[in-house]
Amino acid sequence: MSLLEVRDLRVAYGAIEAIKGISLDVEEGQVVTLIGTNGAGKTTTLRTLSGLLRPVAGQVLFDGARLDKLKAHEIVARGVAHAPEGRRIFPLMTVEENLELGAYSRKGEAIAQDVAEVFERFPRLHERRAQKAGTLSGGEQQMLAIGRALMSRPRLLMLDEPSMGLSPIMIQLIFDTVAELKAAGTTILLVEQNASAALALADTGYVLETGRVVLTGTGPDLLTDENVRKAYLGED
Amino acid sequence: MTAALLDRVATSAERLRSHGTRLSPSLAAAAFVLVVVGTNLPWATFSGFPGLMSLALYPAGSRIYVLALAPALALVAVRFSRRRQAGLAATLALLAVVVQTIIAIARDGGGLVNVSVGAWVTLLGALLGVAAFVALPDDGAPLPRSWPVLPALVEALAVVFAVAASLALLVYALDVEAPSQFVGFLLALGGGLVALNRLGLFEWLGALYARRQALTLVLMAAAAVTFPFTQGGSSYWLRVAANVGVFAAAAIGLNVVVGLAGLLDLGYIAFFGVGAYVAALYGNAGLGPSRGHLPFLAVIVLGALVSGLVGVLIGAPTLRLRGDYLAIVTLGFGEIFHTLVNTYDAYTGGPNGLSNIPDLRQGSFDFGLPHTVFGVELAGFANYYYLELVLVALVMFVFARLNASRIGRAWVAIREDELAASAMGINTVSYKLLAFGIGATLAGASGTVQAHVATQVSPDSFVFLQSVFLLAAVVLGGMGTVPGAVVGAAILIAVPEKLRAFSDYRLLLFGLLLVILMRFRPEGMIPSRRRQREFHDADGADALSAPPGSAVA
Repeated sequence: MSLLEVRDLRVAYGAIEAIKGISLDVEEGQVVTLIGTNGAGKTTTLRTLSGLLRPVAGQVLFDGARLDKLKAHEIVARGVAHAPEGRRIFPLMTVEENLELGAYSRKGEAIAQDVAEVFERFPRLHERRAQKAGTLSGGEQQMLAIGRALMSRPRLLMLDEPSMGLSPIMIQLIFDTVAELKAAGTTILLVEQNASAALALADTGYVLETGRVVLTGTGPDLLTDENVRKAYLGED
Repeated sequence: MTAALLDRVATSAERLRSHGTRLSPSLAAAAFVLVVVGTNLPWATFSGFPGLMSLALYPAGSRIYVLALAPALALVAVRFSRRRQAGLAATLALLAVVVQTIIAIARDGGGLVNVSVGAWVTLLGALLGVAAFVALPDDGAPLPRSWPVLPALVEALAVVFAVAASLALLVYALDVEAPSQFVGFLLALGGGLVALNRLGLFEWLGALYARRQALTLVLMAAAAVTFPFTQGGSSYWLRVAANVGVFAAAAIGLNVVVGLAGLLDLGYIAFFGVGAYVAALYGNAGLGPSRGHLPFLAVIVLGALVSGLVGVLIGAPTLRLRGDYLAIVTLGFGEIFHTLVNTYDAYTGGPNGLSNIPDLRQGSFDFGLPHTVFGVELAGFANYYYLELVLVALVMFVFARLNASRIGRAWVAIREDELAASAMGINTVSYKLLAFGIGATLAGASGTVQAHVATQVSPDSFVFLQSVFLLAAVVLGGMGTVPGAVVGAAILIAVPEKLRAFSDYRLLLFGLLLVILMRFRPEGMIPSRRRQREFHDADGADALSAPPGSAVA
């Protein structure tokens, strides 16, 4: 049984259906990526999985239990963390306060130790721990967003376009981090526009187009798929 | 023509400044002598102008304000960063007071001929004083980053003294009868405050307060407790103080909603009104259909609970909205409350309200009667004052505990980014509802006391403008802090009493005050450390103005 099973998920904004029946599976310890152009429904899917949006139809099963009827804070408590699109860190709080809020769903124990662990992973954040998060660079903010999501000790980490708006060096660093997390056994659902980097990491990839899954395969297979190369990797 | 004139002024200022270091001390000394001499000469040729302006050797009224600002001239001799800005602010205020007084004398007396020699001498002194500071080169040295640490008691006393001094100034301001003199006072006060601020006094006091918070609070509480003993049995100021207490408690409640959780509530006064009507209907007034008489502690609790319940009922559907929409809907609920109590006159007395609410009584203790404590007679309002003191202390305690708790952190997160907060596992709906309910409960509790202090309740006491006033108290004092809400309430209750002379312009002046404050001190008078950081963090400013996601590594 997969850790996360999504069955025929449909999500609408008013009368407009953004997700028209998506099914996908995430196995424990895997990195699964959703790629696709703007408006394909990637972010909508993640927001629905984390309870920020309500599906019209379909099921979300996490470790065998239904998630789709739960509220956002209950889903976090079940072990699904969401680093939202655009990072959404708390700009006026310090880096450390941001991380502590990431552990909000947990009760007390070992939070300081986890903060130290995040600082170990991202030394840049440690240097700036007393600084307001809004003063960090985009890349540092993304590190903080990932670190903050890890603070809830998630069983599934969902990253929404972590490379958005970053410099090539920072993008490399963020993908290295995702690779390290994968090596440490973290289950990750990764939404990306940077298809080549995402597919290179992913065990499984789903290609989304206007609310539907049009192609599925392992990361390496999709990376060499002719249609994918044409549509998303910029080859003629 | 004008351009040429401006050029001339600019070049003379330039020339003045090139001689500044040498010239300024002599200019300032001359100015000081002229001001001291001038204020001891008569300013008006006729008697009857407020402040006994026709007398020599008797500086009173506006002449006192001028004299009080004169020591600032000594700043030219001191090596201190920002002394030029401070000196300039003080001397400009001095000049403004002199000019304003001259205009007032000329208007009252029927022409400039009635302005006597003293005023002109002082005017010359003021101009020389301004010139001295214009000429002074800016030393531009930074303020010391860290202040010396003094003994705990000294530091706490300094803060208490500052608070007491500001209250004394407030009390004094309320006693100033003549409008022209009051304007002079405001000008002098404004200039003096700017000057002291430039010298870093308030920064220093803020640091002291942060360091000696507990001791300072104890001393302030002691000062508050002794206040009625200084009133010699008179009830006037105690009535004002009791009113300040009522509104301070409500403002702290509103501060939970607005300052901590970031929910803009424009109908907050309705909750206050619910408490007041509960007290009128079920308290010892017994104006309700049951003619019941509940003991007053029960009434306070009942008022708080009913109000809190109304808050939750209104909040549950409303709090799905955000920002502007929430503000508009709360405004609507405030109006609904007003209309309801206006219409259901069987219970509420309609537009006439409910009057003749008797004083609170607990056993044989009547809150309306004077009592003698330690051989000092305390007027009846002292009882309400003490009751309010207890209530405010209680509300402060609740606020402080909430602010430091898990709940407080959740509120701050919701205020900053609601979506991110819920992605952190914060149940945003219930926390927002909790803030709304706590705010309503606190407002209801202070409303019950208000009904007895004012002896009547009527729909017109609970209108939109009152919500705005409470909100202004919170913003004025400093969002998210307790002392801020108290100071804000004190100013908003006391100043309108004073500005009665300008009653047509009261709101205008009030608005002006808010605009000025927002321009120069957007975090409020006593900001929380977090707010201070939000508004005055040099490297934070850029990040705040940049749209999210625009920063690139």
